[in-house]
Amino acid sequence: MSGIRIEGVARRYGGTAVLKGVSLEVAAGEFVALLGPSGCGKSTLMRLIAGIDRPDAGRILIQGRDVTALRPADRDVAMVFQSYALYPHLTVEENIAVPLAMRRLSAPQRLPLLGRWWPGSRAARRAIHEEVGSAALALGLGSLLDRRPGQLSGGQRQRVALARAIVRHPAAFLMDEPLSNLDAALRVHTRREIVEIHRRVGAATLYVTHDQTEALTMADRVAVMQGGEILQVAGPRAIYADPEDLRVACFIGSPRINTLEGVADSHGLVRLGGYPSGLRLCGAAAGPAPVTLAVRPEDLYLSETGGLPAEAAGLEFLGESLLLHARLAGGTPLVCRLPPSYVPDLPPGSPVRLGFDPARALLFDARGKRLRDIAVVPEPALV
Amino acid sequence: MAEREAPHDMSLWRDLPRLAVLTLLGLLLLMPYIWMVSASLKPADEIFRASLALLPERLAAAQNYGRVFSLLPVAQYLWNGVIVCGGILVFQLLFAIPAGYALAKLNFRGRELVFGAVMLGLLVPPHVPALPLYLGFSSLGLLDTYTALIAPSTISVFAIFLFRQFFKSLPDDLIHAARLDGMGEMAIVWRVVLPNAWPAATAFAIFSVVAHWNDLFWPLIVVSTAEHATPALGVLFFRTTEGDDDFGALMAAAVIMTAPLVAAFLLAQRRFVEGIATTGLKG
Amino acid sequence: MSDAVLPPRLSPGLSPGLAPPRPRWRAGETLTAWMLSLPAVLAYWVLLLLPTLAAVALAFTDYELGMDGFAWIGLGNFAELMTDRGFLQAFRNTLFYVAVVTPGSILGALGLALLIEGGTRGRTFFRAVFFLPVVSLTVAMASAWQYLLHPTIGPLNAVLRQVGVEGPAWLSSSGTVMWALAGIGIWENLGFNLVLFLAGLTAIPRDLYAAAEVDGARSAWSRFRLVTWPMLGPTTLFVLTITMIRAVRVFDTVKVLTQGGPDRASEVLLHTMYQEGFTYFRLGYSAAITLVFLAIVLALMWLQTRVLDKRVHYG
Repeated sequence: MSGIRIEGVARRYGGTAVLKGVSLEVAAGEFVALLGPSGCGKSTLMRLIAGIDRPDAGRILIQGRDVTALRPADRDVAMVFQSYALYPHLTVEENIAVPLAMRRLSAPQRLPLLGRWWPGSRAARRAIHEEVGSAALALGLGSLLDRRPGQLSGGQRQRVALARAIVRHPAAFLMDEPLSNLDAALRVHTRREIVEIHRRVGAATLYVTHDQTEALTMADRVAVMQGGEILQVAGPRAIYADPEDLRVACFIGSPRINTLEGVADSHGLVRLGGYPSGLRLCGAAAGPAPVTLAVRPEDLYLSETGGLPAEAAGLEFLGESLLLHARLAGGTPLVCRLPPSYVPDLPPGSPVRLGFDPARALLFDARGKRLRDIAVVPEPALV
Repeated sequence: MAEREAPHDMSLWRDLPRLAVLTLLGLLLLMPYIWMVSASLKPADEIFRASLALLPERLAAAQNYGRVFSLLPVAQYLWNGVIVCGGILVFQLLFAIPAGYALAKLNFRGRELVFGAVMLGLLVPPHVPALPLYLGFSSLGLLDTYTALIAPSTISVFAIFLFRQFFKSLPDDLIHAARLDGMGEMAIVWRVVLPNAWPAATAFAIFSVVAHWNDLFWPLIVVSTAEHATPALGVLFFRTTEGDDDFGALMAAAVIMTAPLVAAFLLAQRRFVEGIATTGLKG
Repeated sequence: MSDAVLPPRLSPGLSPGLAPPRPRWRAGETLTAWMLSLPAVLAYWVLLLLPTLAAVALAFTDYELGMDGFAWIGLGNFAELMTDRGFLQAFRNTLFYVAVVTPGSILGALGLALLIEGGTRGRTFFRAVFFLPVVSLTVAMASAWQYLLHPTIGPLNAVLRQVGVEGPAWLSSSGTVMWALAGIGIWENLGFNLVLFLAGLTAIPRDLYAAAEVDGARSAWSRFRLVTWPMLGPTTLFVLTITMIRAVRVFDTVKVLTQGGPDRASEVLLHTMYQEGFTYFRLGYSAAITLVFLAIVLALMWLQTRVLDKRVHYG
């Protein structure tokens, strides 16, 4: 059974289409990261799933139930907000208890003072108190229950927001950039913690982030989103090594993947500015057609005789590796990751030759779609 | 992200009840204005008929407004209002900006004392020192002068407080940079602090002008002739000399005296609201 | 005031081994600061502090304008106030006025603010409409109200007549005059409070409402209880104090419309003070009333800082 299922959801604000018919499925118990640059519509999608906003078209199903027309309260989802959205006037315990109190206590039972004495109130309150206690304990908040959010650190607030989300055992979890307000060290730590919580709770989780490290390290699958569309949904490894779309290839990975404009001739042989690439397009895709060849920086190497002639522009020492920035004759910039042990100095302007293994290069058509029907040409490869 | 607007962008149809209620309440609130203008256009007999027609059958605007202008030195009142409000504002800024700067950015012996005095002053409504001030101006023979109207309001502890808060939010580095550039303290106040005080000064100016243009209490105490009467006093004088019978002319006078500030408000609505909201403290 | 925190003063007897501390103030800076503050300090002394102290002193004398001398009569003025029917009436009327105008203008403004914030349309327009009385000349608008409320030719009673009710003489019968004045007071204060509430409402993070909806707050009322009302706490407290202080200061409408009449039925504190001081020239007595007025204002401010402030700020 699916946890969250989105079918062709579209949303416009004024004249701009923020979501252009997005479909996505998160299986029960699965952790999916929704990754994209800011403004790509990922937060909007999240708010549509939560029901804070309504789609113009499409359906949203949670555990197989169409919730498109339902209020947020009736959708059985919990959400962790980027700002945490804790109630500043309530203590930690009261904050975590809100989702339970709102559902289990009647309006008169919730009254500030009288509510306590309303029939049935005591038993319900006791049950809530216990569940809040165990949720707080799971997140190490046991000693902070009487504090107000204003008295907590960023990391502690974040845990309260998580506790408020898990206390109800919802069918689906939504997290909107929950780590973006934490400092770097805490972020790495909390990353692991959220994964653990997810494993324990086991609800379908959709996690919105613009940080690819978060997405790749935490998620079972990553959905890459850009310009209101989902470009690809796949496991972290596939997203990195086997992208379907040039935009995905460019978005994932740092430094950015190297892209080279090329042409496939009528035999399908791909040439890069006159140099043979060692690749041939097969089948229907065979040229003549413009193509884009993409190579990760770690797949480029310095070559003695072969490869593409370029000019060094500078070296950056990163500790675990060394980045060589270079420029092709046409001006195309390239980045090559070298082992940190690489010694020779390359002053700006010195000529270098950059080669790559054609088997590790990715080819995309003019629309940016991946060309998979390719073959490595044995010889002559790059001159 | 992209969506800063209200979560559900409501259709006009669903928004209609809300707009209708607001319009109704707005009209109710505007009733005094509507009837004031209406009566100022009506001849006496129509007013006394107490009909509920808003538009006059016979336009008597010339008659009513003409009567006001012939009986009242309207221009004099408005001019007095400008002089008094302007004079008060200039002195308030002149006194408050340097003091506010000193309290915010300078570390000096006695600062806590001065600031304590400011906080204490905030507690005292202007009605409290009125009696001794009246005695003072009376013994100096200054009653019924611009001086008597302006002087008591020239010291605004509220303005000092406001400017201190505002200057505190200016980065210290701005002052340090000016000192490194070789400016003296006076030059800093004049060339660095003053140009940066505009937002606070505008807000305070609106607050101050609204308060003093509308003030009746103090002008009533110190002014007895038309020569120095402010618009508020002018309306009152008109009432006492003409009696309450000629509502048409009275409403015309009310319209004339209300118009300048209301016009200014309608022209710079946002500034007014923000100015008064941010300085609302004093009430 | 974080800036007012001084470093702990070192007692010389306790720290004989320490070098004398670096002077905390530079002489030049102190001189500059005092020069900058001088105009304000002088004006403060002459126009605010001394007259206020003089008013306090005056309250304990029998001074009347035109008298050659005066005598210290201690609490004599205050004793007289306790038995002065006019003053007691003014005191009661002022309390009544505050008790009606405060909740009226606050609840009204809150309701209007929620209505205006309930959608995106017409926000600036309606804010301007309701704010208009704040910038309107009170004396002039009081005259407009006088016409509106006039027993025979006033539009209000004309409307009432249409539905078969003979309206009262609002401003000249002792049963209705305070209600009419309080109504005008609400009208005057509504826009001011509205603007403050609107500012408070826009400062509430929208995420809190979203969180409340996800947490199960289905009705508008439960969202109001869970988010709006507590988040507006500081604004409400501020508006409450400000409105009470403004209401205690009611003077203009009384002076213009009723002069305290009929038969002192609309006498209020400041008007009584004005009458005693500037009509009957009993300055000592008038100063005593001023002090009562000041005491009320100070009590309201104290209430704000000491009692209520602790409850509505969430640290």
